[in-house]
Amino acid sequence: MSNFPILSLVTFMPLAGALFVLMIRDSDPEIVASNARYVALWSSGLNFLVSLYLWFNFDNSTADFQYVEKAEWMPVLGLTYHMGVDGISVLFVLLTTLLTPICILASWDSITDRVQEYMISFLVLETLMVGMFCALDLMVFYIFFEGVLIPMFLIIGIWGGPRRVYSSFKLFLYTLTGSVLMLLAMFAMFIESGTTDITQLLVYNFSEKLQTWLWLAFFASFAVKVPMWPLHTWLPDAHVEAPTAGSVILAGVLLKFGGYGMLRFSLPMFPLASADFTPLIYTLSIIAVIYTSLVALVQEDMKKLIAYSSVAHMGFVTIGVFTTTVQGIEGAIYVMLSHGVVSAALFLLVGVVYDRIHSRKIADYGGLVHRLPAYAMIFMLFMLASVGLPGTGSFVGEFLVLLGVFQVNAWVSALAGLGVILGASYMLYLYRRVVFGKLTNDSLRKITDMSPREWAVFTPLIILTLWMGIYPPSFLDVMHVSVDNLINQVELAQSAAHTLAQSMDVNH
Amino acid sequence: MPFENLPDLVPVLPEIFLALVIMSLLMFGVFQRGGRAETDVNTFRVISWMAVVTLIVTPLLVLSLAGSTLIGFGGLFISDPFSVFCKILVLIGSAGSLVMARNFLEEHDMARFEYPVLVVFATLGMLMMISANDLISLYMGLEMQSLSLYVIAAFRRDDTRSTEAGLKYFVLGAVASGMFLYGASLIYGFAGTTNFTILEQVLQRDTQDEYGQSLGIIFGIVFILSALAFKVSAVPFHMWTPDVYEGAPTPVTALFAIAPKIAALALFMRVMVGPFGDLISEWRQIIIFISVGSMLLGALAAINQRNIKRMMAYSSISHVGFALMGLAVGHDSGIRAILVYLTIYLFMNIGTFACILAMRRGGVMVEAIDELAGLGKTHPLMAAAMTVFMFSMAGIPPLAGFFGKLYIFLSVIQAELYLLAVIGVLTSVVGSFYYLRVIRLMYFEDPDEPLDRPVSREISLIATLAGLVTVLFFLYPDFLVLSAATASSALFLN
Repeated sequence: MSNFPILSLVTFMPLAGALFVLMIRDSDPEIVASNARYVALWSSGLNFLVSLYLWFNFDNSTADFQYVEKAEWMPVLGLTYHMGVDGISVLFVLLTTLLTPICILASWDSITDRVQEYMISFLVLETLMVGMFCALDLMVFYIFFEGVLIPMFLIIGIWGGPRRVYSSFKLFLYTLTGSVLMLLAMFAMFIESGTTDITQLLVYNFSEKLQTWLWLAFFASFAVKVPMWPLHTWLPDAHVEAPTAGSVILAGVLLKFGGYGMLRFSLPMFPLASADFTPLIYTLSIIAVIYTSLVALVQEDMKKLIAYSSVAHMGFVTIGVFTTTVQGIEGAIYVMLSHGVVSAALFLLVGVVYDRIHSRKIADYGGLVHRLPAYAMIFMLFMLASVGLPGTGSFVGEFLVLLGVFQVNAWVSALAGLGVILGASYMLYLYRRVVFGKLTNDSLRKITDMSPREWAVFTPLIILTLWMGIYPPSFLDVMHVSVDNLINQVELAQSAAHTLAQSMDVNH
Repeated sequence: MPFENLPDLVPVLPEIFLALVIMSLLMFGVFQRGGRAETDVNTFRVISWMAVVTLIVTPLLVLSLAGSTLIGFGGLFISDPFSVFCKILVLIGSAGSLVMARNFLEEHDMARFEYPVLVVFATLGMLMMISANDLISLYMGLEMQSLSLYVIAAFRRDDTRSTEAGLKYFVLGAVASGMFLYGASLIYGFAGTTNFTILEQVLQRDTQDEYGQSLGIIFGIVFILSALAFKVSAVPFHMWTPDVYEGAPTPVTALFAIAPKIAALALFMRVMVGPFGDLISEWRQIIIFISVGSMLLGALAAINQRNIKRMMAYSSISHVGFALMGLAVGHDSGIRAILVYLTIYLFMNIGTFACILAMRRGGVMVEAIDELAGLGKTHPLMAAAMTVFMFSMAGIPPLAGFFGKLYIFLSVIQAELYLLAVIGVLTSVVGSFYYLRVIRLMYFEDPDEPLDRPVSREISLIATLAGLVTVLFFLYPDFLVLSAATASSALFLN
């Protein structure tokens, strides 16, 4: 099995499913829609099962890339189709393959218009996302990274809310602006080093001046994706207008592109520039954590509130990544994973009531606990998970990040800790207004509790978030060796530059 | 020997073939008994298909010359891998637009046999331009192409917009030709030759001279450059483009956007890196200026357009700006990038114009972009094809347009023109806005009155083929890149 192209299978199986959906033809649109749903669910569900193989057979003891595939693609330039995963990326692949079938299941009844196109978009999106996490060639990475814009633009634009046009354009143009600058930086790296192979670039030493420029160009792209304050404004718009499943994928996977990119490129490839820019990252992240938490407090719209809370959580990620400590980076990855599960669940929870009442206004709700006890319970679990209650995945991640940053800079740690408190206040406030209190809105009197399909959507997420909180080693062990290796590389490069600078001082 | 003074005809074989066929087709058309509508249409159909077949056969002749550099007619004419590559692109472009034109011309009462004849004459002129190795033969090719194009721009002679387009094109084109002739005579006056090969040697010698280049030569180059910028519709000589694109009948616009543009850019490359290659420090800044200007204007001015043909005009201006970035590099890799870009541009544009030609309601062509509203519901396949072309033109991976831009920007970065590259990518973001607007209309809006169905077979065929090329290009990009590399290195042999 060692030569079996398992990563290509996981990457392109959804695409095959999409082609299948494309072929469905029938005179009755209902049959087409239901066939499209089933094909999409089966192909993405099967893909999840296949991707589990990646996890079970993953070798925790090495930092090397595993399941590597390499094939000629553009020999003129020396570009290769190169795929592989290490401890940092493998879990993101799993997160993607898990969330896609959940998204498809969540859109089962809520999407009735152009179902075929919808399912195709989601399956294509899955291919692009998985490919992005597996790519080990700069160009292959970029193609997947930016290709994601096409289905995402269509998902928000076609199936979104009233201001969908504005939001989809904003998402597209913001992201594209950042990415094209990164593309130029990639060209510069290619011309400088003569290769686009990520494994080789990871150990290539760029000059310090070049590193600064490259770092800034990559930052332009990743800061939009993360998103970091002040480039985050596309996110609340996109979340509010996107259909539920679109928000889930956006929060669950797309936001991780930025953090992942920083771990894969910015930190190991430009270690000197990263050290120089760490104060900038800290400042922006702290502002993000505190400012967006305050903004979240005053939101009237549930989705917007959760969107702002995502920006705040991502602030933890960027802080953690640039601490260059084991705890900080592992915490950052852990926050990304648990946020992928928790924020996905929160958007799904909003979707559940939105499907019934067609409103996202917090004021339209209240007293849901009387009619929807099961819903209230699940909501409470994820609300507390978002706050970072011990026993849930977020706690482990945020704790590790704070621990990591405390070793480097206690002030940053203290200010980020303030964000946790604010996080608790806006989430609890949201929960009180939506779930507790009296049933005031008449349309809520006939609202029904969770359907079996909805239970099927939430069960894996509930299990996962508790698992991540109670027994983190199942996940931390996977990434540990890779993270250690990453930090060693960065410290080696930084100390080498340091000694060089010192020896030059001596010479003067 | 009676034939000892006969010039070597082998390098000119494709052009001779094309000329002979088209003249016989012209004769055939002239001697048909005309006057009645249906016989006229029949003649048109026969000649149209014959012309298409000719345009499809000629690339085979062109290919037979591939791989070697042949010079004919005492140095006036050159056939090298570069010309072979560009000629094939031009022939595909002309054939494609002719195939798409048939249905439109018949439905709009323009089914006269002169149309295909003129298109092939123009194509012949383009082939001459590409193969010109002397300022005189270059001018001949240019004029042959332009005169035929002036006529077909005004082909819908009872339509004011079409005649206006023809006249505008003619007057401004004549000015450009005048500038070209003036520049060429300056060059001749100061260098003493019009032949590219000798010119290159003369200029190379002068560059190493202690006095440097004479001012007359520089002036001549600037005039020639302006004339060529007019032909490729680069800023600041672009003003005619939107009006001509809008006024001319749509199949003519499709032709204008593709074949002459490729031919003129090929000419541009040959002249600039050939005879004037040693003077790159003199003309590079001009190219950078017109390239940045074209990209900016193309991106910004297209935003407010309501007519899809006008939008495509601005889009083509910005594409020319991107291609010219490669020329500013002036290096092997830049020329290769342009050739790759042009090939992809050809397929994207043929496809887009096929979709535009399918925009008709009640048998009448509609041109407002808003008419595309809701196309995703009424014509799902056509909307999907158009989406592919629009995303591709915006340069979003994994579609072909991305790879076109990739090679251009790679060569620009390689030449260390960083600022140019940054301006280029940022304008491409601005440009993506209006491509997205088309997609928005097709998918995010509801249809009012659906466009006609079904779409004619030729048009669907061309849109499908171009769409497949655009989508699947990423699977095997190397074939094109390698051919382009062979072609571009031919320009740098000496």
